[in-house]
Amino acid sequence: MSDELLNLTAGQQAAKIEAGELSAGEVFEFWRGRAAADDLGAYLWVADEVPEDPGSLPPIAVKDLFCVRGVPSQAGSRILEGYRPPYTATSVEKLQNAGVRVLGKTNQDEFAMGSSNENSGFGPVQNPWDRTRVPGGSSGGSAAAVAAGTAPWAIGTDTGGSIRQPASLSGIVGLKPTYGAVSRYGMIAFASSLDQCGPLTRDVTDAAILLSHLQGRDPCDSTSIGIPGGVSLPTAERLDGLRFGVWGMREPGLEPGVAEQVNATLAKIEELGGGVEEIELPNAKYGIPAYYVIAPAEASANLARYDGVRYGPRTGNGDLTALYEQTRHDGFGEEVRRRIMIGTYALSSGYYEAYYGTAQKVRTKIAQDLSAAFEQVDFVVSPTSATVAFKLGERTQDPLAMYLSDYYTVPMPLAGIPAISIPCGLSEGLPVGFQIAGPAFSEARILDAAHALEKSIGFEGVPVSVDRRDADRRSQDEGPEAPLG
Amino acid sequence: MIDRDQVLHVAKLARLRLSAGEVDRMAGELSKILEHVETMNELDLEGVEPTSHVVDLTNVLREDVPRPSLDRETALEQARDATETGFRVPSPGAS
Repeated sequence: MSDELLNLTAGQQAAKIEAGELSAGEVFEFWRGRAAADDLGAYLWVADEVPEDPGSLPPIAVKDLFCVRGVPSQAGSRILEGYRPPYTATSVEKLQNAGVRVLGKTNQDEFAMGSSNENSGFGPVQNPWDRTRVPGGSSGGSAAAVAAGTAPWAIGTDTGGSIRQPASLSGIVGLKPTYGAVSRYGMIAFASSLDQCGPLTRDVTDAAILLSHLQGRDPCDSTSIGIPGGVSLPTAERLDGLRFGVWGMREPGLEPGVAEQVNATLAKIEELGGGVEEIELPNAKYGIPAYYVIAPAEASANLARYDGVRYGPRTGNGDLTALYEQTRHDGFGEEVRRRIMIGTYALSSGYYEAYYGTAQKVRTKIAQDLSAAFEQVDFVVSPTSATVAFKLGERTQDPLAMYLSDYYTVPMPLAGIPAISIPCGLSEGLPVGFQIAGPAFSEARILDAAHALEKSIGFEGVPVSVDRRDADRRSQDEGPEAPLG
Repeated sequence: MIDRDQVLHVAKLARLRLSAGEVDRMAGELSKILEHVETMNELDLEGVEPTSHVVDLTNVLREDVPRPSLDRETALEQARDATETGFRVPSPGAS
């Protein structure tokens, strides 16, 4: 059964379960075994048995920051070590109601702050395409699990690129929905005006299936709206009459190998009947500066609740202030402390208008750039990431270099609009992602366009089986040039 | 741009204890990040409305109907130190 299941998308497995060719219990047990054998660091917790009711769809890997009742939900942070919430996030509950069971909780950058998964309080994740490289972040565990074939599909969250960038670096599909499409209730908050839950999957159809279950208005999240008209499965095979505006191809940091794959994809758009034109987003370069005020400012408020009193470990002797300060020093990792400091500074008396006020106006300018673009074209497209997966440790000593990893993904959450990353080829043997963004609530059109393009690209190597990669590595190691040790 | 005293002031506001080495490192890192952030000032933002929220929603209301909430035992379960009726903490002290 192993090869058969590994070669099927989650949607195809679901069809076989429905047809009675596979049992949901067997499918769960197969993936449970795969997840338990993960050696990339992708999982922080794996279900220890098949649930009494195994559901009707393949099980899912869930980013650690989603609260799941009775299951460790730590947002990748030592300050929540051992926390088992008394309730379940609406998004996860909606999947459970649709017949999807939780397979495991996946590793992530602490509180979703990072682009490499190296900021996890529980260790890094290796990229299944090359174990010396990062899988991207912050949903790095979810991306690596799907890419390595240790989960049939996964969910994550995207604040500045945390679904799309790891999907790009790991060679899978990742979708950030419109702000408000999916409830944030029960997601451990990072930046509340930006955070959004979305799927990480092997193909575009699987992303559509998950989104159709995830979306919807939730009385527990007053910012949730759902997707008007819902989400149907994509069927398009052509792009006739659709206009694609491409931006960001002249950025100095864009790797030539990435540009080559993106250009090849633009040519495919034209082959399928679509039009490609270059567009300008004049304020996109101010996305990172604005994001690194707004997100840390909101985070500094959201993370004020971690004080060692109601949950999580507690340290410090002396009075209550000493308890707060020591608990927060010991529990938060370096990057989280750095962002709390930036955010607190930006919101402090005398600096608020200069930083937060200015950043909110820049946010308006970026949203206006995108609105103007959508007067001219149907979709705004670009590379998802300027580079392929980088080496573990390569950017950890330079926080600013790490922040710039999100250059292409930050404008969309600032404007609240949806965007997908699909794998479009390889550069130096590593996956390249192609990003398609559309106006608010255009998920159905984005999924259709991505579906047509996906068929034409025919990207192979998803999932990269851990076994197969290991076999490749072993055969390389046997070669004459293999290093000793 | 950001000196030690400012770092210590902000750390106090954020209830974060920093070691001496961390204070120095943080001053350098924050200065570099804020320098990049300040490229925003190249833009003419005169008359631009700030965006605090991307979704155009006002007054999302619901019926005020009582419903069950977590019982006290469950709410206290995750605390490292609790009595039967509440979270236990040391004295707030003089500071």
